[in-house]
Amino acid sequence: MSDLATNTPPDEAVIEVRDVRYAIGGRTIFDGLDIIARRGRITAFMGPSGTGKTTLLRLITGMAHAERGSVRVFGDEVSTMRSQELFALRRRMGMLFQNGALLTDLDVYENVAFPLRAHTKLPESLIRQLVLTKLHAVGLRGAARLMPVELSGGMARRVALARAIVMDPDILIYDEPFVGLDPISMGVICRLIKQMNEALGITSIVVSHDVQELSEIAHDSFLLSGGKVVAKGTPDELRRSDLPEVRQFMGGLADGPVTFHYPAPDYAKQLLEEAP
Amino acid sequence: MSAGAESAPVATLRRIGAVAVFLWRIVVQIVPAFAKPRLIVAQIYNAGGRSLVIIMMSGLFVGMVLGLQGFDLLQRFGSEDALGVAAALGLLKELGPVVTALLFAGRAGTSLTSEIGLMKATDQLTAMQMMAVDPVRYVVVPRFLGGFVAMPLLNAIFCGVGLFGAQLIGVSLMGVDTGAFWSQTQGAVRLDDVVEGIIKSVAFGTACSLIAVYEGYHAAPTAEGVGLATTRTVVTCSVLILLIDYMLTAAFLTTS
Ligand SMILES: Nc1ncnc2c1ncn2[C@@H]1O[C@H](COP(=O)(O)OP(=O)(O)O)[C@@H](O)[C@H]1O
Ligand SMILES: [Mg+2]
Repeated sequence: MSDLATNTPPDEAVIEVRDVRYAIGGRTIFDGLDIIARRGRITAFMGPSGTGKTTLLRLITGMAHAERGSVRVFGDEVSTMRSQELFALRRRMGMLFQNGALLTDLDVYENVAFPLRAHTKLPESLIRQLVLTKLHAVGLRGAARLMPVELSGGMARRVALARAIVMDPDILIYDEPFVGLDPISMGVICRLIKQMNEALGITSIVVSHDVQELSEIAHDSFLLSGGKVVAKGTPDELRRSDLPEVRQFMGGLADGPVTFHYPAPDYAKQLLEEAP
Repeated sequence: MSAGAESAPVATLRRIGAVAVFLWRIVVQIVPAFAKPRLIVAQIYNAGGRSLVIIMMSGLFVGMVLGLQGFDLLQRFGSEDALGVAAALGLLKELGPVVTALLFAGRAGTSLTSEIGLMKATDQLTAMQMMAVDPVRYVVVPRFLGGFVAMPLLNAIFCGVGLFGAQLIGVSLMGVDTGAFWSQTQGAVRLDDVVEGIIKSVAFGTACSLIAVYEGYHAAPTAEGVGLATTRTVVTCSVLILLIDYMLTAAFLTTS
């Protein structure tokens, strides 16, 4: 699986987004976006909700195509790939969706086995071994026969993580892995992300707005706002930044360059107006 | 979204085109989908099993009504013995395929749509794409084939139970001779009649399954979107069933 990855020396850019423009439903989401994720590192994409973080992941995985600019993964341009090439690329990526996205008609074991059954002709005994190993790694070997509805939010995400790593990907992408979790599950996921990165050397992308958690695990981070990168660096560098956008986001301030009020007519004038 | 901007006929044409394109996507994946026959069998069972009870109950009642109405009509001409023929032809050529399809659309069709729609709303379809698995092959095609196969089987069951219901009324209640009931039926029903019913049923099965999976796959990925898609499945299927029924009936009458 890692044949191509070994062609890229350490610190080489595995994901490279250059000057990307993308619009959906007549709304420009990105204009002039530049992002880099280096091999073997944990890179964080941060930004307020609705900035387009998930959209950026869709661009990287080839689910959506940029109108302008280039998106390269392992040095290959994603937007010009045919579906066969895209599928080949995606087999080297694992993705953890916001709510786990486990297949509801399969139990935990079969969910983790799913990519193996789809792409390999491994004997059942080997599949079993791989699945149990990955489930053990996320601490859920005992939950193998539970159905997705029986899992808590944190457990579902861990199962999804086991599924995402079962094909030994070179890149792991986490979309908002901490949202809606209690502090304990959050810590567990946080540790797992770090472990996957350190033990397996997987290049990791973490999308989140959890500044606290991210600063513990991320090596690099990008703060997105208004369609481009407003700041980049280590989480600690961002914390010390003087840029108002960065200070607002990192400090969780209600008002700043991103305004608290949605654009509206003048308050006093609107109150005094006669009701229609 | 764009529905407001274009006129109804244009929107309808666009939808027909989209459904046709989707049908093509399904057709090219049918052979690859047979690599996992268990999925298809499970969906035949699913579509059939879901509708079996309602089909049998409705078949029984429709047959019993046919028994009552048919007897009332035929005795005016003194030909109660033909009750079996009347019921059999009515069921095989018309009521069986149409009522089965309408019930199927309401029961199995809506389940298909909401199931696929919910999978979409919870990112399961995107997750499959991320795992380099084509959701059309893995999710849509087995469900389409399940409905396609289940419909004629359900139709056969409906007709069988219906005939039993007609016999129940005619023979047990109204006193029609059992021998006459069945021998007349055997003598008068031709192979053409059976084939007509089967062809209709296959056509309805294709249309209903196609609409159901199309609506599910293209539902807006929200609770509201899935609800809307489910409603559209019932409405579109019902209209289509009656439209196709008219066209096929007219075609059979002109060719025979
Ligand atoms: N299919 C779509 N049609 C129209 N707008 C969309 C669609 N998908 C996403 N958007 C818009 O794109 C913006 C970015 O969405 P998203 O990438 O999900 O943001 P984030 O993940 O950062 O919260 C949002 O404002 C959303 O409303
Ligand atoms: Mg998002």
